[in-house]
Amino acid sequence: MRALVLAEHDNRSLKPATHAAVAAAKQLGGEVDVVVIGHRADAVAQQAAKLDGVAKVLVADDPVFHELLAEPAADLLVGLASGYDALLAPATATGKNVMPRLAALIDVQQVSEIVAVIDAETFVRPIYAGNALATVKSTDAKKVITVRATAFAPAAETGAAAIEPIAAVADPGASRFLERRVTESVRPELTAARVVVAGGRGIGSDGAFALVSQLADILGGAVGASRAAVDAGFIPNDAQVGQTGKIVAPDLYIAVGISGAIQHLAGMKDSKVIVAINKDSEAPIFQVADYGLVADVFEAVPALIERLSA
Amino acid sequence: MKLLVAVKRVVDYNVKIRIKPDHTGVDTANLKMSMNPFDEIAVEEAVRWKEQGKATEVVAVSIGPQAAQDTLRTALAMGADRAILVQTDAEVEPLAVAKILKAIAAEEAPGAVILGKQAIDDDSNQTGQMLAALLGWPQGTFISEASPDGNGRITVVREIDGGLETLSLATPCILTTDLRLNEPRYASLPNIMKAKKKPLDATTPEALGVDVAPRLVTLKVEDPPHRKAGVIVASVDELVEKLKNEAKVL
Ligand SMILES: Cc1cc2nc3c(=O)[nH]c(=O)nc-3n(C[C@H](O)[C@H](O)[C@H](O)COP(=O)(O)OP(=O)(O)OC[C@H]3O[C@@H](n4cnc5c(N)ncnc54)[C@H](O)[C@@H]3O)c2cc1C
Ligand SMILES: Nc1ncnc2c1ncn2[C@@H]1O[C@H](COP(=O)(O)O)[C@@H](O)[C@H]1O
Repeated sequence: MRALVLAEHDNRSLKPATHAAVAAAKQLGGEVDVVVIGHRADAVAQQAAKLDGVAKVLVADDPVFHELLAEPAADLLVGLASGYDALLAPATATGKNVMPRLAALIDVQQVSEIVAVIDAETFVRPIYAGNALATVKSTDAKKVITVRATAFAPAAETGAAAIEPIAAVADPGASRFLERRVTESVRPELTAARVVVAGGRGIGSDGAFALVSQLADILGGAVGASRAAVDAGFIPNDAQVGQTGKIVAPDLYIAVGISGAIQHLAGMKDSKVIVAINKDSEAPIFQVADYGLVADVFEAVPALIERLSA
Repeated sequence: MKLLVAVKRVVDYNVKIRIKPDHTGVDTANLKMSMNPFDEIAVEEAVRWKEQGKATEVVAVSIGPQAAQDTLRTALAMGADRAILVQTDAEVEPLAVAKILKAIAAEEAPGAVILGKQAIDDDSNQTGQMLAALLGWPQGTFISEASPDGNGRITVVREIDGGLETLSLATPCILTTDLRLNEPRYASLPNIMKAKKKPLDATTPEALGVDVAPRLVTLKVEDPPHRKAGVIVASVDELVEKLKNEAKVL
């Protein structure tokens, strides 16, 4: 059994979701390699080489990979697939974009967003917005898997793998990168933060959403949101937590003015401690909250901010 | 440019599902079924392009049981011109759906195929990417904006983890929709009536030469661990006290 993990990175640093995917790959029971597909991504390769249990880091470094578009990335992985029994990636926007393309090219039915490894062919994955957990056995000779990062304890950085450059592929050229607008933030990354403060429609306006950000800052946390808050334009889309947004599992999740629709719960119900602040005592969010406070956002959050900054 | 839109019949997003007592799957009998919400967004986008003169024809395709006709009728009522039902009672996995859609794309020669990014029942998020691979076409996944330039390219804005990404794709291409692309319309009664007269063809996976035998075997389906409701605190002070001393997260 040999497994290959696609590294998640931005050419500068390795993202923690990779550590989780490596941890899942190790559970398959064989050797694990990592592939860094990027451009001038030396620092990423160095970091990947430290991941515990990794035998080898393959580096495909070429301008064609600068933005990690799905077409060349999948083509490269197809070339590597013959040497591996399993190909994995974290279930990030990149992993979700690239891996199914790879899977179809090698005629494999992908197993998406696994949350547990039973054995090298059997996995647990959530379906129906996490309202059911399916245990599935893959009958394909090769496995293509995406990994839900919050479900696996990240691999430590105690290793020293060999780094090996590999050849790039030609740019299929049908897809052209124009620009990337990254939400600049000094806050920790949403999916890796220890504390997440999330706001919903109940916040009422983007001006008032500053209360959520302030509370997050005092706690050194990240800012999340419900779909309704994103759709209303209170905050950029990449803050959406849920079935079709980001999956988070921080030590502390504070939901403010969020009703707790199943699609939202799907993204946060594995948080260690959940706090809900909502003026409606019947809001479903209270059914999953460890601590509920029935209160108006505009009274409770300023009071909380004052109390915590004191 | 002709557009192909893939629409899946799924359990309505508002319905709380139940797991079968023998743990073999989810009990979908007698539940309200609807078009997958991301596919409504896909149909809406295609119909808007047609209304704006950027597309010539919108063809909706569904793979599923006879009852998936209802889903196709909804697409027709929203403004699709024609529909194709690929009828099967089997549960068809994303790879097989992609193979079926590839066969249909070969017959229809669309300028783009628009799919949802994710079916809210299996939560796979695979089919569009797989179809793109099988056809050798470029893919624009998780899009929140799309504008065909009239010269054989489509500019798309994609929702990615850290923000937004803009790509220019050569046609023919594959697009998958994210929530912010548009707000789907409700079909009006007159349009629902009109939809009954629009053409709905039927075929089967076998007729298209696609083997839909599953590659994944579901061994069991279970409830997720149940999270118990905690306590309601009376004040901000009590909340802070509990978070510090009981939960120890502050
Ligand atoms: C295909 C699909 C995918 C989806 N994916 C997601 C997803 O990934 N993530 C997600 O979050 N949603 C998702 N949704 C949407 C989801 O169904 C809900 O509509 C959404 O989560 C509701 O957001 P909300 O709780 O902020 O708004 P609401 O449900 O409107 O709740 C607002 C809450 O604020 C409270 N409130 C109002 N004013 C105050 C005040 N002054 N003080 C205190 N409380 C107040 C109200 O009591 C209410 O409980 C999806 C839906 C679909 C159809
Ligand atoms: N049985 C089906 N019939 C029609 N379209 C489908 C079917 N299954 C998946 N799709 C399309 O593929 C998208 C992604 O589905 P999935 O990969 O299963 O999450 C859906 O939003 C649909 O557009």
